Amino acid sequence: MPEEKPEWGESWEEDSAWSETGAIKKANQVDDWLAIDPDGAVTVFSGKIDSGTGVQTALAQIVAEELDVPMERVRMVMGDTARTPDEGITAGSTTIKFGGFALRHASAEARRALLEMASNRLDAAVDELIVRDGVITVSHHPAQTLTYAELMGGKRFNRAITLHAPLKPPAEYRVVGKPAPRVDLPLKFTGAPSFVHNVRVPGMLHARVVRPPSAGAELVSIDETSVPDARVVRLGNFIGVAAEREEQAVHAAKQLQVKWRETARLPKMEKLHAFIRRQATSDNIVREEGKVDSALRKATTRIKATYQQPFQAHASIGPSCAVADVQPDRAVIWCSTRGVYPLRDALAGLLQMRPEQIRVTFVEGAGSYGQNGSNDVAADAAILSRAVGKPVRVQWSREDEFAWEPLAPAMEMEVRGGLDKQGDVIAWRYDVWTPPHIAGAGLLAEQLITGKPPAPPDWFGGGDRNALTNYRIPNQRVCAHWLSSLPLRTSSMRSLGGAANTFANESFIDELAAAAKVDPLEFRLRHLDDPRAIQVLKSAAARAGWRSPLPAGEGRGIAFARYENEEAYVATVAQVRVDTTSGEARVQRIVVAHDCGLIINPDGLRNQIEGNVIQSTSRALKEQVTWDDSHITSLDWERYPILKFSELPNVEVGLIDRPDQPATGAGEPATITTAPAIANAIFAASGARMREIPFTPTRVKAALSSRIGESSR
Amino acid sequence: MANGLVIHVNGKEHRVRATPDAPLLYVLRNELGLNGPQFGCGNENCGACTVLLGSKATKSCKLPVSDATSGTITTLEGLMTDGELHPVQRAFIEEQAAQCGYCSSGMIMATAALLWKNPHPTDEQIRQALDGNLCRCGAHLRILRAVTRAAALFEQEGE
Repeated sequence: MPEEKPEWGESWEEDSAWSETGAIKKANQVDDWLAIDPDGAVTVFSGKIDSGTGVQTALAQIVAEELDVPMERVRMVMGDTARTPDEGITAGSTTIKFGGFALRHASAEARRALLEMASNRLDAAVDELIVRDGVITVSHHPAQTLTYAELMGGKRFNRAITLHAPLKPPAEYRVVGKPAPRVDLPLKFTGAPSFVHNVRVPGMLHARVVRPPSAGAELVSIDETSVPDARVVRLGNFIGVAAEREEQAVHAAKQLQVKWRETARLPKMEKLHAFIRRQATSDNIVREEGKVDSALRKATTRIKATYQQPFQAHASIGPSCAVADVQPDRAVIWCSTRGVYPLRDALAGLLQMRPEQIRVTFVEGAGSYGQNGSNDVAADAAILSRAVGKPVRVQWSREDEFAWEPLAPAMEMEVRGGLDKQGDVIAWRYDVWTPPHIAGAGLLAEQLITGKPPAPPDWFGGGDRNALTNYRIPNQRVCAHWLSSLPLRTSSMRSLGGAANTFANESFIDELAAAAKVDPLEFRLRHLDDPRAIQVLKSAAARAGWRSPLPAGEGRGIAFARYENEEAYVATVAQVRVDTTSGEARVQRIVVAHDCGLIINPDGLRNQIEGNVIQSTSRALKEQVTWDDSHITSLDWERYPILKFSELPNVEVGLIDRPDQPATGAGEPATITTAPAIANAIFAASGARMREIPFTPTRVKAALSSRIGESSR
Repeated sequence: MANGLVIHVNGKEHRVRATPDAPLLYVLRNELGLNGPQFGCGNENCGACTVLLGSKATKSCKLPVSDATSGTITTLEGLMTDGELHPVQRAFIEEQAAQCGYCSSGMIMATAALLWKNPHPTDEQIRQALDGNLCRCGAHLRILRAVTRAAALFEQEGE
């Protein structure tokens, strides 16, 4: 089912991050991707990064499998402009799909080369050779062996990746598909320097940024004598302080006397969605089939609903951090960027250096779930290091992070639907208002230095992810209304628009099921043909005991989606208890059925899915960025609460392995079905229909009272 | 105060240059070069900086170093004895109890303190003991399993 992409999508597709062969075209030598070291270890060079998902272990499994070496002899080098290929940015659950594709073919090519070399040296045909754990043996002369290290002798392959080297059939896999312990965890659990926060360079100063009180504020005056222990750097509206000791930098950032002129005026929080609907938009039709308007007119039952997604924060546990050593003719930046090459090019512009003079080296940060402040802090460190002429470590404060990290955009979704006499959906009209969910968001330091707002988007996308459903609906129109920006700075967060769109779609299909007086599971199954879709729904429902009785005050809700309409299938059943007095919705249990094709690492996959479920439960119940006339006010964990241990649901994950189907990503799919499953469960428990995230007690109470209002009318 | 305070960290005595009001976290990380305790919020809200003061889980991001001179301080690095992993560390590895791992040090230290005080905690008590430690990745369920496993490991080894 080739899907029509909007014309805006093209530059995205050409990027090496977004296709299987894009990166191999730029780096087509086996040596670009891996090396056989003299000690027999394999060093793998991946242009992708691990943002805390454990994906480096899965990539190592792919190499170990295809090259026939033990896992413990695979060393991963990720994201370093001096060493790894350019694989664009790491995003969109594509590391396995695209990054894994490249490494699989590079490994297969390397294995073929090694077999050919062994064939010459051992005077045996390639098909008489057996490979096991990096040792090649002649099948009828077991004494005749050569190791990979002996064959290579520290030399390079000097061989192009043809994409035609034979790949192992999945039926023969011994490493892929089996649980593999994470390679990074023993280090992290014993205090090895695993994070960018632990990078220390001799002579390094500690720095903090001093941000304006609100976006767009202009610096009026600054009293550098107010901080005797620190150096003050000022460039336009960019201010930083650097000191020998970290606590001095922290103190100086607080003490520095700065006067600002504030200009920002933000729309009132409660009027944000009216504001969004008033903006000029650039529109495109995502999908049009049949005649939706006349079908809506003919429908026996017609309903309409509007759903709202607030601004949300990535809210990494470790605030952004980077270390930079910028000298006149060369620079090294250690940071947790998701794209070392794109960041290198951006920094070259900022520092007015040539890209080749800059080395950007990825070091893990705290989990990021999208574009948080990781690029911004790298730019801060680079600017400050150049200004003070020494290596500099910049650590954002918790408040800096909440106030200045680019956010997941607010969105609004409006859906109209119509049922025929039999209660089938015959019309579906979907409209979403969204800015592009841009991965970059520019560099904050650049915007503060130049005073120029970020460049207008040259790509509109992300906000329409999963705007289309996978249901069979004869007449439908799905339309995206693109805003060029929102009043707060935004970027990309886990699933982009997928979570908000699925919240709307899967709540609305539930509203239609209720209007048709049909069981929500049954109603969904009626509108699906794809056996994999049907299987995840049935599997989640069976595990959750869909029709089994529940205590009073509890309800179950279900939601289904196929991520990006053509990737992983997910169904989620939530069981929620609603306290009608306090309005508290407490999620008791979440059951997920997940089919992402071939499974590489079942335990890693489970870990990802559990993480998606808990984080998206937190986003659905608790999270929204708040602001007053000009400032973000959700600046700490008390005002931006996330789910705690005492509030956890039980989570059960059912995996469906399909070794004959391509492996799709798993970093995002299970994020998108949680909020609608919870909303539908709240409805089942109490009759309150939640159309606005998060489902706070106040909102649940409001929905409960409007329910009473409706029934009395 | 240039010639300083003395603190006892991971079984060793350290004379530090920090002023008395410097947060213990920065002293551990920057003067002693430790990587376990992490900066998360600077406001004792998230637990990433948790260390043991005596046998008590203590957030180190605001605590003035001068308040930590009388007791012994243990960080993630100090849990190991003679290169052997502490049972809580082993349990975290066996349960693969992390995603990004940034909160792990705090989780492990809070767990060690809990089991010291209460070797057989109920699920409810575990959740309560870890409620001040935030995890953004959603590794909570694995962490709970790791705590339970750590308790079992302690029992097996008769500690």
